[in-house]
Amino acid sequence: MIHVTINGVERDLDVDPEMPLLWVLRDVLGLTGTKYGCGEALCGACTIHLDGVPVRACVTPVHRAKGRAVTTIEGLSASGDHPLQRAWVDAGVPQCGYCQAGQIMTAAALLAANPAPSDDDIAQSMAGNICRCGTYVRIRAAIKAAAGAKK
Amino acid sequence: MTTRLAAIVALAACGSGTKAPPAVAPVAAPPRVDPAALAAPAAFERIADRAERSRALFAEIAKVLQHPRCVNCHTPDETPRQGDTHELHDPPVARGSADRGVVGMQCQTCHQDHNLELARVPGAPGWHLAPLAMVWLDRSPHEICEQIKDRTRNGDRSLAEIHEHIAKDRLVAWGWSPGWGRTPAPGTQAQLAELAAAWIDTGAECPP
Repeated sequence: MIHVTINGVERDLDVDPEMPLLWVLRDVLGLTGTKYGCGEALCGACTIHLDGVPVRACVTPVHRAKGRAVTTIEGLSASGDHPLQRAWVDAGVPQCGYCQAGQIMTAAALLAANPAPSDDDIAQSMAGNICRCGTYVRIRAAIKAAAGAKK
Repeated sequence: MTTRLAAIVALAACGSGTKAPPAVAPVAAPPRVDPAALAAPAAFERIADRAERSRALFAEIAKVLQHPRCVNCHTPDETPRQGDTHELHDPPVARGSADRGVVGMQCQTCHQDHNLELARVPGAPGWHLAPLAMVWLDRSPHEICEQIKDRTRNGDRSLAEIHEHIAKDRLVAWGWSPGWGRTPAPGTQAQLAELAAAWIDTGAECPP
């Protein structure tokens, strides 16, 4: 059994310790907000937080999360009202939407560490989250709006 | 064999560029081994002069230190390299203040403590960039040698601690088990440690 806290709920998981965390989230627990993109940590669609730090769930064996806290897009806020989620809606950021959970999870970690990021800060931190629709300009604007909203 | 010996003798007799080694050499040349291998310290004992032997030992050690598996993370700038041709790290990453990336793009956002053969992502315990003081990429064996001995540029390590690092560090060990599609560093970690010990024992001289 692997003991993990996921979105505030303690779980004892009876799974192969080498199973990628993404499989546990989506296939075992039904938390399908986190997406499978490339499976090689190259696109960012599967980004979740492990003790508040963004990691790629597709390449993270579940045993790495043992005794730690996992946060997914479902657990980022109680009712979808994290400043970033509100800013995302206000700015109409998503196009197809597939990458957006990963984008928001990375952006949330950025704002937690740096409440007023510059354009360069945003570009550096978000560089591993790819958007095939090219919504980068709206993503940056929404991050800045959320940063302003938090002040 | 007889034919080959005869050919060597004939070539030597002709004064050609390919010469058989002289029976007694005043200053023996360093041993030659396959680029993917390391010569053992014993192979350097034929170099009579101690300092010369030490310099030759470091030149052998430098085959590892200048290898892509090592220099790709001993870079002079903000980004690691990857592959055998030192391409810029993709996706783009920044060094960050602790040589472990920036929020959202930390080394351990993607790299685990072991290689992932299916996803092909390399990994080892403590995956990170070497500090800017420890640049090896595009540096000569002389420059790397001087840097390694300089406590202001080697993490304040004594030569004994340098040897310990070379012999036992698990991130160093990754260089010989780099995972999918990556050329391992020459020889083995144990062979490199033996060379490092011999280099230190002979005065830790740097090649010119």
